[in-house]
Amino acid sequence: MQFMLLFSRQGKLRLQKWYVPLSDREKKKITRELVQTVLARKPKMCSFLEWRDLKIVYKRYASLYFCCAIEDQDNELITLEIIHRYVELLDKYFGSVCELDIIFNFEKAYFILDEFLLGGEAQETSKKNVLKAIEQADLLQENLDFQMRLFAGRQRSRDATQRAGGNRPDINTVHSIIIIHVPHTHILHLPAAVRSR
Amino acid sequence: MSPSVPLQEMIRAIRSARTQCEERGVIQRECAAIRAQFRQADNGGRSHNLAKLLYVHMLGYPAHFGQMECVRMIASPRYSEKRVGYLGAMMLLDEKQDASLLITNSIKNDLSHSNQYVQSLALCTLACMGSAEMCRDLAPEIDRLLRASNSYIKKKAALCAVHIVRKVHDLGELFVPAARSLLAEKNHGVLHGAVVLIIELCERNPETLERFRKTVPDLVQIMKGLVLSGYSPEHDVRILRLLRILGRNNEGASDAMNDLLAQVATNTDSTKTVGNAVLYETVLTVLDIKSESGLRVLAVNILGRFLLNNDRNIRYIAMTSLQKIVGTDHNAVQRHRGTIVDCLKDQDASVKRRALELSLALVSASNIRSMMKELLLFLSSCPAELKAHAASGIFNAAERYAPSQRWHIDTILHVLTTAGGDVRDETVPNLIQLITNASELHCYTVHKLYRALLTDISQQSLVQVACWCIGEYGDLLLRGECQETEAVQVTEDDVLDALETVLQSHMSSPATRGFALTATMKLSTRITDNVDRIRSIVSIYGSCIDVELQQRAVEYNALFKKYDHMRAAVLERMPVIEKNSSGHTNGETTGEAIKDIQPAKVKQGELLLPPQPANQGFLICIGRLAPTVPVYEKDGVTLTLSCEKQSDTGLTVTLTASNSTESDISSFTLQAAVPKSVQLHMKAPSGDSLPARGTAKVTQMVVLNNPNKVSLKMRVRISYTSQGSAFQDTVQIDSFPGLDAAGQ
Repeated sequence: MQFMLLFSRQGKLRLQKWYVPLSDREKKKITRELVQTVLARKPKMCSFLEWRDLKIVYKRYASLYFCCAIEDQDNELITLEIIHRYVELLDKYFGSVCELDIIFNFEKAYFILDEFLLGGEAQETSKKNVLKAIEQADLLQENLDFQMRLFAGRQRSRDATQRAGGNRPDINTVHSIIIIHVPHTHILHLPAAVRSR
Repeated sequence: MSPSVPLQEMIRAIRSARTQCEERGVIQRECAAIRAQFRQADNGGRSHNLAKLLYVHMLGYPAHFGQMECVRMIASPRYSEKRVGYLGAMMLLDEKQDASLLITNSIKNDLSHSNQYVQSLALCTLACMGSAEMCRDLAPEIDRLLRASNSYIKKKAALCAVHIVRKVHDLGELFVPAARSLLAEKNHGVLHGAVVLIIELCERNPETLERFRKTVPDLVQIMKGLVLSGYSPEHDVRILRLLRILGRNNEGASDAMNDLLAQVATNTDSTKTVGNAVLYETVLTVLDIKSESGLRVLAVNILGRFLLNNDRNIRYIAMTSLQKIVGTDHNAVQRHRGTIVDCLKDQDASVKRRALELSLALVSASNIRSMMKELLLFLSSCPAELKAHAASGIFNAAERYAPSQRWHIDTILHVLTTAGGDVRDETVPNLIQLITNASELHCYTVHKLYRALLTDISQQSLVQVACWCIGEYGDLLLRGECQETEAVQVTEDDVLDALETVLQSHMSSPATRGFALTATMKLSTRITDNVDRIRSIVSIYGSCIDVELQQRAVEYNALFKKYDHMRAAVLERMPVIEKNSSGHTNGETTGEAIKDIQPAKVKQGELLLPPQPANQGFLICIGRLAPTVPVYEKDGVTLTLSCEKQSDTGLTVTLTASNSTESDISSFTLQAAVPKSVQLHMKAPSGDSLPARGTAKVTQMVVLNNPNKVSLKMRVRISYTSQGSAFQDTVQIDSFPGLDAAGQ
């Protein structure tokens, strides 16, 4: 994969991951052109298109377009699968993910993407493993954060009880309170069959 | 010190900005705060600040001042800061930035960190934006991780190695032994990574490919296991791809895979996309390796099934694959012709394009009539960007497989009426030549064209052909009867009206007008009553603004007045045009015949022909007898030039000077200058004195090298002393004998 872009229906970029070295200007130019091309496609059209000398695979989930650029010899159907798998991961992590989740927690979206794809290739085929790794990394982060707050200066974690799974402190609860006030205008509707996979 | 606003607050503030200007204001304030924070010493909110900066960067605002902060955060001992730091590095730094080198050391340290999540961060960043130097530095580390770590890290290290190999091809050798051993792993993730690495190694280096061929049986075993569990499609696809690379052009490997491929092809569930993805990869593999024919038929059938699938994506993929094999397995693809032709009517532009290409490839002598009907139908409704391609494809097909001339002409006319604006320029002369060849159809053709002209004069190519035909065969048109179409009474006035409409319409291009004027003129010999009308039309255009038209009109006027006796002869029917005889072919006789031709072929001093618009006239350079051309003659001093082509870009020019005055010339020197991209080397002259009355000559050889094949010119400065006074002169040489008009 050469790059992956996520953008809204108005053309606003929500996530960009580049696996090839390009200058900032080139990236902006490519993004602009590609967004225009994809947004101009009608709803029932084919998910694949040829653009410059790349193959573009895109799929729309509610208000977000997920767009990947792959090389000539890559399998397009598998790329569609990869996109779908990523959406499922986001869904599992955020719990019924919507565009707002990705906007407000963009760094988490990146972390999940980095746990799933490495250098443009899928690294883990099992959803469970990816999510477990993310969870562990999150715990590690909060562990140390928590320690820093309570015991300033001391690095080592004394408290094993903190690792009790499930409740993530602070950030998550604040998050859910905030969300209540903001109307959910864009909800990603995943087909029922997806959840059961 | 302003309190640091939490990330989500800032995002909300930006989103609630109502105008672009407001948004910019918010962002500028935030960036200022962030910059202030960065300058301060270590505080708890560093990762939040960097995250804010990354958000701003994603919106498109400049964020380069965060680069050094990323470097610092990566070096921090705290995991949260490392995480955001590495994310920042992947977003803000790329290999073109100098700051990226600074993180090499941090990555190196983190690769040997005790915590595997820190290691994974480092691996991820290296695989995303590692430059060639970084890769070279860290490759041994990656190799170590490939051998001795837990499976979580091994799989990441394998993919990181893929990136390294892509950046620095030579390092592939380093990873070969590790890759081989990884194939024995049980963990799926590691196996997957290993397969990707091996694919990359094999694609880069054919020797490695040979070595890995021995692993084909192992791969087949692994694949069998996966197929039974039906577990992970990405895996299957990768292994299939590797098998494809290993089996290409190799009988032994391909044989080993046959069973497996047949099993996968039959057992995979094709109701879900994953199943189709695996089937697709299998089909690609089967078609690429040296598989047995039964398997190939199976593969083509799978593609046929794909073509009938409701999902547009699948149909698109099927057609792409069929395109690849239509050359080799033509008959197999022919069976699915009906479905492909149906896809021409699909709504989607990509599908249409694929269907068009495939249909054009499938046209053959047996199905030409039905295919052409479909293609013409397609042409009338196809999107604009495909029209030119479709039109030229139809022409090619018609030319190769036309069952009859009448059909051919009909088809071309049809194309011109529907897509006349998109055809290439040489269609018009081709069509005219075709029409003249079909002598028994002249009557039919001119009637059809006349009717087409009456309906629509906007398609330039059609109008041009129609005008030409009416001019040529106007008498047949006026005769009214024609066996092939229904009789229509056409009077001379009607015909002249039609031509005049074309002449006066603003839609006609100058070329079209030229055609119409000539046609009108030709009719003057074919009709009887309205010659005066023609004369008046022609004389009006004698004062036309367009120079070409004006010239023609004046000439035709002269034809009416002074040369009326010749008019009939000049304007009679043109002879049948031979194919490919257009353009000038001077000296066309093949090279062998010219090898030892007499010098009489080339007259002394004859300059080259001026370049023709269509074909260049070539004067083939004669090897042994190089023609000499006088280039300078003044005050008794003559300079002649001859040249000899040494190679495609090399040329030797010989300048010969002689003196026909009564006094001797001394200190005779020649200097030469050539265009910038041409290299010049002057050999030593034979002497520098020219005795009187041409008793001896001075020769100077100049070797030229014209790698860019620019038009060759040379300026020569002549300086000499005669009777005590110095003379100097310059001469420009634009044409060299023995080279063609373009100077090559």
